[in-house]
Amino acid sequence: MKHFILSTLLLWLAATLPAEAALKIDITRGNVEPLPIAILNFKSDSQFGETIAQVITADLERSGLFRPIAKDAHIESGIDVDAFPLFQQWRVINALALVSGSATVLLDGRLHVEFRLWDVVAGEQMEALRFFATPDSWRRIAHLVSDAIYERLTGETGYFDTRIIFVAESGTKDRRVKKLAIMDQDGHAYNELTNGRDLTITPRFSPTAQEVTYMSFTNNKPRVYLFNIETGNQEVVGDFPGMTFAPRFSPDGQKIIMSLERNGNANIYTLDLRTRETKRLTASLAIDTAPCFSPDGRQIIFESDRVGSQQLYVMDANGSNIRRISYGKGRYATPVWSPRGDLIAFTKTLGDKFLIGVMKTDGSGERILTEGFHNEGPAWSPNGRVITFFRESKGEEGGPTLWTVDVTGYNERPLQTPNFASDPSWSPLIR
Amino acid sequence: MAIANNIRTILMALFVGFFVTACAGNTGGSGSSSGSGAARVSSSGGTSDSGVAYLKRNVADRIFFNTNTTGLNNAARATLLAQAEWLKQNGSIALRIEGHADERGTREYNLALGARRAGAVRDFLISQGVSANRLTTISFGKERPVSLCTEERCWTKNRRAVSVVR
Repeated sequence: MKHFILSTLLLWLAATLPAEAALKIDITRGNVEPLPIAILNFKSDSQFGETIAQVITADLERSGLFRPIAKDAHIESGIDVDAFPLFQQWRVINALALVSGSATVLLDGRLHVEFRLWDVVAGEQMEALRFFATPDSWRRIAHLVSDAIYERLTGETGYFDTRIIFVAESGTKDRRVKKLAIMDQDGHAYNELTNGRDLTITPRFSPTAQEVTYMSFTNNKPRVYLFNIETGNQEVVGDFPGMTFAPRFSPDGQKIIMSLERNGNANIYTLDLRTRETKRLTASLAIDTAPCFSPDGRQIIFESDRVGSQQLYVMDANGSNIRRISYGKGRYATPVWSPRGDLIAFTKTLGDKFLIGVMKTDGSGERILTEGFHNEGPAWSPNGRVITFFRESKGEEGGPTLWTVDVTGYNERPLQTPNFASDPSWSPLIR
Repeated sequence: MAIANNIRTILMALFVGFFVTACAGNTGGSGSSSGSGAARVSSSGGTSDSGVAYLKRNVADRIFFNTNTTGLNNAARATLLAQAEWLKQNGSIALRIEGHADERGTREYNLALGARRAGAVRDFLISQGVSANRLTTISFGKERPVSLCTEERCWTKNRRAVSVVR
């Protein structure tokens, strides 16, 4: 694994403006009118001035909340980071926000990046930051700038400086090779983590560390494993007589919650990674699986077919107080609690379609975000704003691809991967 | 239609199973690809080629399930009775029962469903007098289909439990 060294100093260059600054994107509504923003090439004596601006532009455009103004319409470019932009002329082409910056390789080899975010209408600076890092981390710096702009203009935490782990698929459908792979949230820096000898599926990021829990069929013993992204170390989780599967971390990263199968029957267990203590949470004759903690760790959502078809249930963290929350038409599966705590994302099977949707934690307010032949396995961005999932295409040559969609259901986009890809899981903010 | 076809094939395989006497020394495991009901044996793991070939040729190695169910239908029971009989005659043979699901389900649930299907086969064989320590189970969920189209005629062949000689 590449080690990222951001030997950084993060300096506030200016006093922040009052919270109720004039320029702000109202993202509480469903279909947001994207904010027109000009991202100038950063002033630079290297390629970084342009490449950093490109990454920021792509990040903001992908979010669906911004409409970057095309480069050929730019009135000025590569301006001095301390200079005021030509607000009057930017106003004429209806730019509401503007980003200027500089990228300089210092004598000691470090890359020095500064940027300023401007409110074009008010003619004021909204944000300014400075970074020092090794030049090979220029992409991360660009993502950090994107996060700063996003946070300043939406009031929400960003998610650009993150990665997505998933399963890279190759080979024919009956002999699919499945490897764990990781990439930046924008699809760059793709890297395969396992060699594909064993089937590896359902990787889930730790909320607290560069660690992943997943399931592997190593030696024909399907079990839950831990994978350390920094070291490449893999270890089996616990010593169980039957199949363990559907793992996730607890919010504090100290426990794995998963299903354990015994004699064909699946129930939900936790394993404490420090004490190795195992605790059984459900004891039904039904299939109880796909458990996921609430972000405060006090509740667990899971799916069970105890009433005959897959439905969603919430229970307290100790396994008590189980209540069903899904009552709509169809079957409900793969529930994931949003990082904000207010929503559950799920896969829904209705007729011959597989849909992705969200509902409140009491089961009310169901909204379908996407539907079609086969959509499955939603995962949240760390700020709870975007959901990534996989979509299977039909036919013998068909296969899965990764997609993202805004929690409002708007802005559905494919996520480019080199091969077929499934089971995405979003990292926490890396910072 | 597809289901009826499967049943017919299985019963044909059974017919052969009851009347062909043991020839365990039979070598070579390739080339005996018969009808859809006795399709090729799952090849994961290092299984004895001759044993696999024998089971494949003389007793149907797999049974099929309806969507989202784990119950054994009459055709499945007939196949498993033949498997149990064969296991009794070949006391040194141990089986790994592989449970599978079709692609029309979510990944985690299908893993559990495959495990239930394998468990149903295991329980049935034990009920017929096969010792539990000769049987292991594994679920592949929807990870290893044998029939690749996205239509019911393929899914019906993928909802299966396959007995593989260990």
